[in-house]
Amino acid sequence: MLFPLSPPPAAPPRVVVTGTGIVTALGIGWKPNAEGFRAGRLAFRPVSHFDVSRQRVKVAAEVDLPDALPPTGLSRRQVARLDRAGAMLLQAACGAWQQAQWQSADNVPLVLGTTAGGMSLGEAYFRQATRTPRRHRRQTTRAIHYQAQIQGRMVLDALGFDGPITIISNACASGTSAIGHAWDLIRRGQAKRVLAGGYDALSELVFSGFDALQALSPTVCRPFDARRDGLAMGEGAAAVALETLEGARRRGAAILGEIIGYGTTIDRHHLTQPHPEGDAALGAMRLACEAASVTPADIDYVNAHGTGTVLNDSAEALAIRRWAGGRAATLPVSSTKASIGHLLGGSGAVEAVVCLMALREQWLPAQGVFESPDPACNFPIVHQPQDARVNVALSNSFGFGGVNATLILRRWI
Amino acid sequence: MSRVFVAGVGAVSPAGWNVAALRQALDQGQPLPTEPVVRPGWEKPLQVRPVPSPATRPEFLAHPRLRRTSPITHYAAAAALEAVAGLRAKHDGNCRLGLVVCLQSGCVNYSCRFFDEMLKDPATASPLLFPETVFAAPASHLATLLEAVSLSYTLVGDPACFLQGASLGAQWLEENRVDACLIVGAEEANWIIADALWHFERRAVLASGGGALCLCGDPEMSAGVELMAITDPHTYSARNSRLRAAQAMRGQLGQSSPGDLLCDGLGDSPRANAPELSAWRDWTGPRVSPKRILGEGLMASAAWQCVAACDAVANGRFAAANVSLVGSNQQAIGARFVRADSSISHFSSDGS
Repeated sequence: MLFPLSPPPAAPPRVVVTGTGIVTALGIGWKPNAEGFRAGRLAFRPVSHFDVSRQRVKVAAEVDLPDALPPTGLSRRQVARLDRAGAMLLQAACGAWQQAQWQSADNVPLVLGTTAGGMSLGEAYFRQATRTPRRHRRQTTRAIHYQAQIQGRMVLDALGFDGPITIISNACASGTSAIGHAWDLIRRGQAKRVLAGGYDALSELVFSGFDALQALSPTVCRPFDARRDGLAMGEGAAAVALETLEGARRRGAAILGEIIGYGTTIDRHHLTQPHPEGDAALGAMRLACEAASVTPADIDYVNAHGTGTVLNDSAEALAIRRWAGGRAATLPVSSTKASIGHLLGGSGAVEAVVCLMALREQWLPAQGVFESPDPACNFPIVHQPQDARVNVALSNSFGFGGVNATLILRRWI
Repeated sequence: MSRVFVAGVGAVSPAGWNVAALRQALDQGQPLPTEPVVRPGWEKPLQVRPVPSPATRPEFLAHPRLRRTSPITHYAAAAALEAVAGLRAKHDGNCRLGLVVCLQSGCVNYSCRFFDEMLKDPATASPLLFPETVFAAPASHLATLLEAVSLSYTLVGDPACFLQGASLGAQWLEENRVDACLIVGAEEANWIIADALWHFERRAVLASGGGALCLCGDPEMSAGVELMAITDPHTYSARNSRLRAAQAMRGQLGQSSPGDLLCDGLGDSPRANAPELSAWRDWTGPRVSPKRILGEGLMASAAWQCVAACDAVANGRFAAANVSLVGSNQQAIGARFVRADSSISHFSSDGS
């Protein structure tokens, strides 16, 4: 029963990651992404999925999807109905499921973050309904598969498990919120295992929306740079297989890392602008640290939200300075959005996997573009590939509408 | 395990801008009149049940954050403010409020407007519209309007998601992260959603509006209703049909007393109704089907069912009420609300 709630365990179980799946413009799977993020490689190119000839900005970080998806329990007909977002989600979910070596099971919750679900199908529906309104072909399918819960159901059918599906749409914090919510479910004893993640594909509406807001960089995305002038769009997905440490040990699973803290707050300042002092961001970082029983001195790397917009980065920089205090001067920070753009609902999940890569392989993700340090950021921006001791990493995600979320991850030795 | 009470309810529906109007429409039991909505390229319009214009302009619309918002935010705000009215009076603003906004189709009016502008010329597409297309926009505006919100999530799903939202609120209360939690479901009607619905159910009439439950853990804040149960989410999958999920939900709610109320989700489509009818075929007690009167309000319908159940219990018409949410394409979830201790105050007769 969802209510009454079962009594929480006497001590919350530790939550570990035993599988990851990641899809970005750098590639599909751990290896190409780890190599790309370590090197700070940039993955932008002219947008090819829709017409951008009349937009201010014409580049984004597009994913090259393979012609065929991994073999799953989906029929050919089901696979044919997947849009790009659904296909990326499925790739990521399969990757996490297979790496974790989970078997088909009942009652494995699926928690997903997305801002747009199957938006490209919604766009196609609108076009057909307005241009050829008497033509109904494929409209019913589009109306169904546009909905994020259907994309979630495809994951269940593909991997052969049953369980509740929760779709969190906290704007750009959605992916982090999804993993944080999954972590909460296990800590409260409501689940032993959860598959969680975030995804979003490039869509014409969203690209045009950010372009209309003049939030997209007409040059190059340079988070925390004094000359930063906007964000870059990307697309992708990531999923993590979370389970109790006890369960993972019992089945002899390889552990990739541990999630030790999650904090979320709401910034009521403005629909699209953060509080200039970064109050809510500060609150999310503090809550996550409190949950993890760590202090800024324990954090070895911060994967910043770092969109590259003037307002976000200045507010986040101030929040990091206020939160870290004296530690800020030596705390490595970078934004991997410089490499793969802003994945919206997918960004928090992808960035959590990037942190797991850094923790597991002991390097700092390099921010590929960083030229003129903003004096407001008195912390070192990682802009060259470097090996480092990384035991604890913190990942920030802040959304349109004000949901701020922070995850803290720990190395597993 | 802590107990969870309902501190207040709120509703905006084709019947009007408060719970009293919803109650009156359900009591009368007659489907409300429909209005035409033109869809491009068709001479014959589709029928919808919109929310009527309010008798007077709601005061909250003067808030700067609500200036450019779309109807879905107006409905969510009005329902939320009605639901927290009693709480605010008792707590004088010193209350940590959680907010869970549940949506199925979400901010479709501005999405269509923005996309239409974009297709005509991206260079002139309005930057004012785009932020209002985001699923999280109504929650953001509500958080600002209500001020005391400390924790906020937006959930997307089929209408049964509303009870997932309620369970999340109960969880936050249990963990003492909030003192009260608003669960809001809202939708706005436009031609494209009416058109999409028409592809599935020719007889269904799209409706717009919103509903809200305010949950609390303190019996002193209660309005006389206690949340007793929310079933598991019975997800539809290749191995679990909608019928099987509805039956499992029904089974978890268990037997009720003969005089209890059932607030079901039956609408005008025999095909869509079949699994729910089958799951409740042994039910002989009183039942109310808000969708048959108000229309298919998607997530708003789920909220109206819960509001109607709580209102009926609060006003002493029933000792308990079951809510059956057999969602369109994700899951079936049920809930049970009962009358709390008689010493606790109840909703006033005007729904405030």
